[in-house]
Amino acid sequence: MENPILKTESLTFSYPAEEGSKLVLEGVDLEIQAGSFVAILGHNGSGKSTLAKHMNAILLPSGGKVYVAGMDTTDEEKLLAIRRTVGMVFQNPDNQIVANVVEEDCAFGPENLGVPSDEIRKLVDDSLRVVGMYDYRRHAPHLLSGGQKQRIAIAGVLAMKPRCVVLDEPTAMLDPIGRREVLETVKALNESQGVTVVLITHHMDEAAQAGRLIVMSEGKVISDGPPRQVFQQVELLRSVGLAVPETVELLYELNQEGFSLPLDALSDEACAQTLYQLLSKD
Amino acid sequence: MALKDITLGQYFPGDTLLHRLDPRTKILLAVFYIVALFMARNALGYALLALSLIVAILISRVGFQAVFRGMKPVFFIVVFTAVLNLVYTPGAGEPLVAFWIVRIYWEGVRTAFFMVLRIMLLITCTFLLTYTTSPILLTDALETLLGPLKRLRIPVHELAMMMSIALRFIPTLIEETDKIMSAQKARGADFESGNLLQRAKALIPLLVPLFISAFRRADELAVAMECRCYHGGEGRTRMRQLRYVGRDYAALVLGLGLCIAVWALNRLGVF
Ligand SMILES: Nc1ncnc2c1ncn2[C@@H]1O[C@H](COP(=O)(O)OP(=O)(O)OP(=O)(O)O)[C@@H](O)[C@H]1O
Ligand SMILES: [Mg+2]
Repeated sequence: MENPILKTESLTFSYPAEEGSKLVLEGVDLEIQAGSFVAILGHNGSGKSTLAKHMNAILLPSGGKVYVAGMDTTDEEKLLAIRRTVGMVFQNPDNQIVANVVEEDCAFGPENLGVPSDEIRKLVDDSLRVVGMYDYRRHAPHLLSGGQKQRIAIAGVLAMKPRCVVLDEPTAMLDPIGRREVLETVKALNESQGVTVVLITHHMDEAAQAGRLIVMSEGKVISDGPPRQVFQQVELLRSVGLAVPETVELLYELNQEGFSLPLDALSDEACAQTLYQLLSKD
Repeated sequence: MALKDITLGQYFPGDTLLHRLDPRTKILLAVFYIVALFMARNALGYALLALSLIVAILISRVGFQAVFRGMKPVFFIVVFTAVLNLVYTPGAGEPLVAFWIVRIYWEGVRTAFFMVLRIMLLITCTFLLTYTTSPILLTDALETLLGPLKRLRIPVHELAMMMSIALRFIPTLIEETDKIMSAQKARGADFESGNLLQRAKALIPLLVPLFISAFRRADELAVAMECRCYHGGEGRTRMRQLRYVGRDYAALVLGLGLCIAVWALNRLGVF
């Protein structure tokens, strides 16, 4: 097993444009370890989706290299191998579901890979069970809720048995219930299936649950580390137009008033605990 | 306008005999039926065809309501055909009705009646096919049935894929049209009054966003399909493999029997 599973080396990219194409990615060096749960945060247009599309050769680097499990993404021979290693889930569930029946949609990936039919059946059933949508296998996707559709999309990717799943703002179009469903599914995927997860998101609370958080701005990685460390860089995050979790925000504002509290509280619990300690000291 | 009435290409999941038939069998049955429909010359033939379709609808349990709902959008065409046939069919005897320049003969009534019946049976038969067959299976079946055409360099797989995706997006686009319509109505757009030209003009603010969104969807779908390793029909397998079993052969024999029966009934000179 190659470790890291995803690797970019001074990756640059610009979309082909008529005049003066500007770099969307300006030298990204990343290594993502197999089995990890990584979140990517960044304001609109910071290049997150562009980066994601490099991770399974939908886009190819203008400069630098991208390796997926050791395979160079520019190697055309390896294209299918790369795409079955890294699955991709997008924002709008409606636009990634191909079939009119849930199980037939899930079968789409393995069918393209030429898997024999009885094995496809098993892959489909298994992946639908993982996302908790097995009971809906005969349903029409357009009649399901947003969260359910997105879980179907995830199952469709899982049926290819990828080692890594990249999710580009999978909860952006969902209501709070749908968001929770999808996030639980993603976490379970990482914890019990050992799938590497790269989650691109706008939500601080989702990013906080990852093991590692990467912050992007203007096509560059500006911060990278465990969420509790990254979120302590309140000024840096604010300077690129990002908010920090409310708990960190509260502690930060208190520090501005002269306290010196640790900024690593990501949950309400931890924040309350910090405040409690502060109060009981007096 | 009731967009929800458009049931074209909608599948009613179920587990009846008609649902379980191999999709290829069903397509062939529909072809047999249509052939028989165009062969029918007299009331007996039409009665037999109507009866067999009614039996099929009863077996499928999709309900007559769904069938009639599917008929609504083509109502205009049916009436139009009826009127044309009624007015333009010349007759030998005395006209039944005669006013102004209109002459309606007995032959016209007969032709119009049969024509309407034929169109309705034709539509019901194809609807029944799509109601009882999942679109993916339907396109799979078309792909296999038309497979030999690949030798003539006809892109059968691509066409089948296009069709299944079109079917997949019909409900999504209908929903979207409804949404845009409500949004435009909320801003005072009027889709229901005015003459034909005004109504057509009113549709522009509806169609433009719809097209833009459809293109964006197409773009995203193409990327999503690529991500799931789609690379054309080559080396592709299917989860559900099509296999003819006993009931399929029986059904095909029945379909052939229907054609022969209609042909035989034509010989009887009834009405
Ligand atoms: N297909 C494209 N053609 C040309 N330019 C593009 C294309 N897609 C994105 N861009 C540009 O590239 C830049 C980065 O876009 P990208 O979609 O990667 O950002 P993002 O971080 O995903 O933003 P968001 O949070 O809005 O999804 C933006 O300035 C955008 O305008
Ligand atoms: Mg994006």
